[in-house]
Amino acid sequence: MAELVSLAEAVHRHVRDGDTVAIEGFTHLIPTAAGAALIRSGRTDLHLVKMTPDVVCDQLIGAGCARALTFGWGGNAGVGSLHRFRDAVENGWPRPLALDEHSHAGLVNRYVAGASGLPFAVMRGYVGTDLPAHNPTISKVTCPFTGEELTAVAALNPDVAFIHAQRADRAGNVQLWGIVGAQKEVVLAARRSIVTVEEVVDTLDRRPGDVILPSWVLSAVAVVPGGARPSYAAGYYERDNDGYRAWGETSKTRESFTAWLDGVRSS
Amino acid sequence: MDATLDELMTVTAARALTGGTCFVGIGKPSLAANLARRLHAPDLVLIYESGPIGSKPTVIPMSIGDGELATSADFVVGVAEMFNYWLQPGRFQVAFLGAAQIDRFANINTTVVGPYQAPITRLPGAGGAPEIAASCGEVMVIVQQTRRAFVERVDFRTSVGFGDGPGHRERLGLRGRGPQRVITDLGVLQPDPATCELVMTALHPGVTREQATAATGWELRFADDLQTTPLPTALELTTLRGLPLG
Repeated sequence: MAELVSLAEAVHRHVRDGDTVAIEGFTHLIPTAAGAALIRSGRTDLHLVKMTPDVVCDQLIGAGCARALTFGWGGNAGVGSLHRFRDAVENGWPRPLALDEHSHAGLVNRYVAGASGLPFAVMRGYVGTDLPAHNPTISKVTCPFTGEELTAVAALNPDVAFIHAQRADRAGNVQLWGIVGAQKEVVLAARRSIVTVEEVVDTLDRRPGDVILPSWVLSAVAVVPGGARPSYAAGYYERDNDGYRAWGETSKTRESFTAWLDGVRSS
Repeated sequence: MDATLDELMTVTAARALTGGTCFVGIGKPSLAANLARRLHAPDLVLIYESGPIGSKPTVIPMSIGDGELATSADFVVGVAEMFNYWLQPGRFQVAFLGAAQIDRFANINTTVVGPYQAPITRLPGAGGAPEIAASCGEVMVIVQQTRRAFVERVDFRTSVGFGDGPGHRERLGLRGRGPQRVITDLGVLQPDPATCELVMTALHPGVTREQATAATGWELRFADDLQTTPLPTALELTTLRGLPLG
């Protein structure tokens, strides 16, 4: 059952040094505040996982919290580079970052396999590309019915998953809607999961296309209004495009990033 | 009304969209698809990788997951469903891709410049592109034509165009027809049906063969019936300039 606790308490209870930590939210509902809480917690040697690393992983990578990153597309959408990600890969600053690189289709299927209790997922993907040569979690499998050779990707079962959702009820059941990305898959694949929400309500009024994650598959729920900014929460606030542009500037040099990081650590 | 090169590229891409389903990216592809929907292809179904199918945005999104893409969509699916149920079986007719490098067989690199383990430039990576390039009916690439981008051999094959040449897509079992148009700031390249090599089939007004050759890292060939790209009409330009940006 999910406990309603503060975000700092949730991180303290459920994240350990060295954990594989998946953070999901496909453009929408990105748990950015959870990333800052991870930085403040001092947890380190994390293996981060996110289809689109976005600002949240750029911050954790720049802060030196990550030893590895599993990802699909590492850019600042509509702005340019994720500078801290690039600096880590190109120059090893502030520490080297091991990459486990996928396509979105491949990575989401790793979550699907993990959520399904299977060792791998089958797909048509990566064929003819250079990605499998650099990634031991991409392989081949022969169909037992047709003999066709297909792509296999290894299941991914993170130690901890972080997502952000619109709301929870007092029992810790969570509801999200709009672009729902891979949040259900990552929570069901992970051993533990922490959800930040905009608010807690008495009753979860159902919405078309919503996703419900029952309290009994979650570890902790924390109320963090605005916890997805500069991403957005449909029904609460819009995507802060200027915030993404500003991150492009803040993250551009080690000096400007470090000034930002000092602010986070002292807040 | 004088069009900028960017506008000419966007309008050229929009004209190639005549209807059906289109898997859209951010930037020029989104502008082109939304322009086409407002002009000659009102029923064009726009699909964004984040999950919205049948989006009808009033504001051109900055990311592939802006809120209005979902609220204006016919329906929204999760990422696993998008790739497994909709993209993989080949339900989408046209898709746009960008490229940091592209070679004569239209293979695309968006991963690294230089060696993978010690890159000179780390690029964003694959995203949805490998499976889009494999499974969409056809692919349209929008890219600036320079020697840096148009290379003899890509440093990393992120997405397959025609692989090593004729018959390679079929041997790999790729279902889509691959890149059918590469739209650049100099003109349009299309694959030669016999050799699969990208050849210049159109030049933008005022662009010379010498300019295109100088901007290409392989020995560029020109189609026998080399065309000149028609300039945007006043209606196309006014509509494009009227699209509000997010």
